[in-house]
Amino acid sequence: MKRAVSAMVLTGLGLSATMAGAGEKVAMPDPAASWNTLWHHVLLDLFIIGIIFLAAGLYWVWKYRATRPNQIGEGPKLSKIAAISFAVVPSFLFMADDFFLAAKGWTVWNEYRNVPRNAMEVKVTGSMWSWNFEYENGVTTSFVVDSKEGEGLVVPLGKPVVLRMTSTDVVHSFFLPDYRVKEDLMPGRVTYLWFNPSKTGETLATCAEFCGNRHSFMWTKVKVVPQAEFDVWVAKQKQGAGA
Amino acid sequence: MSTASSGFKLSEWIFTTDHKRIGILYLIGSIAAFAVAGIMALLIRIEQSAPGPTIVSDAFTGGDQYNVWLYFHGAAMILGFLIPGLTGFAANYLLPLMIGAKDVAFPRINALSVWLFWAGIVVALLTFIVPDKPDIMWTGYPPYSVNTAGNTALYVFTVHLMGFSSILAAVNFLVTIIYMRAPGMGWNQLNMFVWSCFTALIIQLIFVPVLASAVTLLLFDRYLGTHFFDPANGGDVLLYQNLFWFYSHPAVYVIFLPAMGIFYEIFATMAKNPIFNYKAAVYGGMCFIVLISGEVWVHHLYYSGMPDWLRIGQMVTTLMISVPVGLMTISLFGTLYKGAITFNIPMYYGTAALYLLLIGGLTGIPLAMTVMSVHLGETSFTHAHFHFIMGIFATFAVFAGVDFWFPKISGKMLNVSQGKLGFWFNFIGVNITFWPLFIIGVEGMPRRYWDYSQFPAHFAGYHKVATIGAFIVAIGMVLTISNWIISAIKGEKAPNNPWGSNSLEWTHTATPPGPGNFPKPVTVDADWTPYNYK
Ligand code: HEM
Ligand SMILES: [Cu+2]
Ligand SMILES: [Cu+2]
Repeated sequence: MKRAVSAMVLTGLGLSATMAGAGEKVAMPDPAASWNTLWHHVLLDLFIIGIIFLAAGLYWVWKYRATRPNQIGEGPKLSKIAAISFAVVPSFLFMADDFFLAAKGWTVWNEYRNVPRNAMEVKVTGSMWSWNFEYENGVTTSFVVDSKEGEGLVVPLGKPVVLRMTSTDVVHSFFLPDYRVKEDLMPGRVTYLWFNPSKTGETLATCAEFCGNRHSFMWTKVKVVPQAEFDVWVAKQKQGAGA
Repeated sequence: MSTASSGFKLSEWIFTTDHKRIGILYLIGSIAAFAVAGIMALLIRIEQSAPGPTIVSDAFTGGDQYNVWLYFHGAAMILGFLIPGLTGFAANYLLPLMIGAKDVAFPRINALSVWLFWAGIVVALLTFIVPDKPDIMWTGYPPYSVNTAGNTALYVFTVHLMGFSSILAAVNFLVTIIYMRAPGMGWNQLNMFVWSCFTALIIQLIFVPVLASAVTLLLFDRYLGTHFFDPANGGDVLLYQNLFWFYSHPAVYVIFLPAMGIFYEIFATMAKNPIFNYKAAVYGGMCFIVLISGEVWVHHLYYSGMPDWLRIGQMVTTLMISVPVGLMTISLFGTLYKGAITFNIPMYYGTAALYLLLIGGLTGIPLAMTVMSVHLGETSFTHAHFHFIMGIFATFAVFAGVDFWFPKISGKMLNVSQGKLGFWFNFIGVNITFWPLFIIGVEGMPRRYWDYSQFPAHFAGYHKVATIGAFIVAIGMVLTISNWIISAIKGEKAPNNPWGSNSLEWTHTATPPGPGNFPKPVTVDADWTPYNYK
């Protein structure tokens, strides 16, 4: 995961998106980039609401200090109409913001859940404590945590990858921090996620659902390579398996 | 205590049916749970201060040790500290006093509740004694909790005991509030704290049985060989998660509502103001939360493999929670408007609460959005979010509440400078602890990890800062709790109504209140409210 993560520049909580930085750019839905954009909008939204309330609260706390002993507050007694307005108007404002966020969230969510037709499928099996991958062409790889042996997940640049995932034992979760996505794996069900490998290099996937003793170590390398290099790699894997 | 007419007798406490003593027994138990769980938090934080083994012995058994601390910390903080501290201690001590009742409806059932709670604490503490220590998380997800060598039964029995205790308490207090209000006291004249408990206890009564059944099925799977959660034999892993969160999301309101209730009381009293837009906060806020609390649990399962339409549907319902919470927030802030605010220890916590409520509440919004939580969920961003709202806001409510009612409960005044010093340690400490975790959470730091060497090296720096913060909080907590103990023994004698409140527990009872609470029966007239300062 050679520090692709650390390429993310952090300005306070405002995270700047550098996902599609290096490498060849490919015109294709890029859920991770959409996530980053949405994140900035959400932060701005929260920041505005937070500042308004905090400023009002702190200003009042300071302004309405008692100045003499036994002073009584002058808080307003609301008329019926004022009381109703103070309930209805903010409710509609909150709801408007909710629906705004929900609509934006849903749009990006659709990107997350609609797997592009040309996606390459890889079967993922999580076990205590290793990740195993099986490609459509029969190639299998894995990553064993204790020995750090295995290729992990290798994918070609610019081709969407859909992971069909299940678990042999307990609940795990395949979390790709750089691609802003995770989905749980469990016995008895097949779940999926897809991502768009938009940048060459190594990144990591790590388990995000508690799975016992070695949960913290349950990660795997995820390597994005140019298509040509990927084809060579596949050929080599097949040969290795054949020999 | 004046309820103990002739000094301290242990048997009087053990066999007591007085709601005030039962409340104090709840307080002692929950503070004990808080202390032990707090020590676990420190161990967790030390371990996380650097990648690789810090205090665990080695990489291979490290998880086994760490997971026990984390199990105990989570389970004890929620089940042993916050719920019993709010709907146990505070509700017990205050509800009958605030509504002008002599005691609760069923005093002996009340005694049973508190001892069930204590039994739950004892069973939880067995964690440290048994050889097969529970190593599940407080969420207890199968198949892990069924397959592990750790002792899942201790978890299940703790939930059972705490659960029965809180169901009994809920029935008891709901009946008390409905039938035992002082003559003349209408629903719109109730204290905000009474309303907050009323609504919280309805939620508790509806949802605790769901949790109890979920963990019971877990017990059957584990020890009787049933297959409720075992897909290889027709069961379903997700069934448990749905049942668990069907309770455990509403449970956050069982904590949040009374915490808000306490701050309403403090704000109104210290600002000598009526509650701003009382009815909007009560009906549009608290009652509305009861209605929707059961329709949002899937936000804990956004990436668990639930159907897509359900994830989207519950994103909308979850975001809608901002309406009742927003109305309550406006009412809380508005109560300060044109007030005459006195600053003392409870109001210090109150002022901090304004900020904590905003940070905790607003960071919940991205987590409510399905697609945002697909990255942020199960990271230390989530961890910092729920600590801001539960671990700090609600915990500060318990502390502020004890400080606020301390003169009434003990008949003594707190040491003010020690209390304020404790506050500053607590407040500064929690910010130093949890802000770094927000930041690395966004970068992908998963929660429940004791080692994170696969992540960029700068994570360690953030973790170190967080650990320093936790120790600052620990100092603040020691200052705060020791202040209670020392002041209860040799504090200055408290006047009857030191804050000049208009609420019945201050105006109509002795300090501390004697058996039967009110020297003569209370009646209130139509224009009485606890907040009528004019
Ligand atoms: C300032 C004092 C506290 C500190 C320093 C602290 C620290 C921590 C830490 C380090 C974790 C583990 C994070 C991980 O490994 O992912 C944790 C988990 C947790 N804490 Fe706290 N905590 C504090 C107070 C509280 C309080 C008052 C509550 C009450 C609600 C609470 C509830 C929880 C819960 C529910 C978990 C999750 C356990 C789990 O993952 O199963 N904490 N805390
Ligand atoms: Cu795991
Ligand atoms: Cu929830």
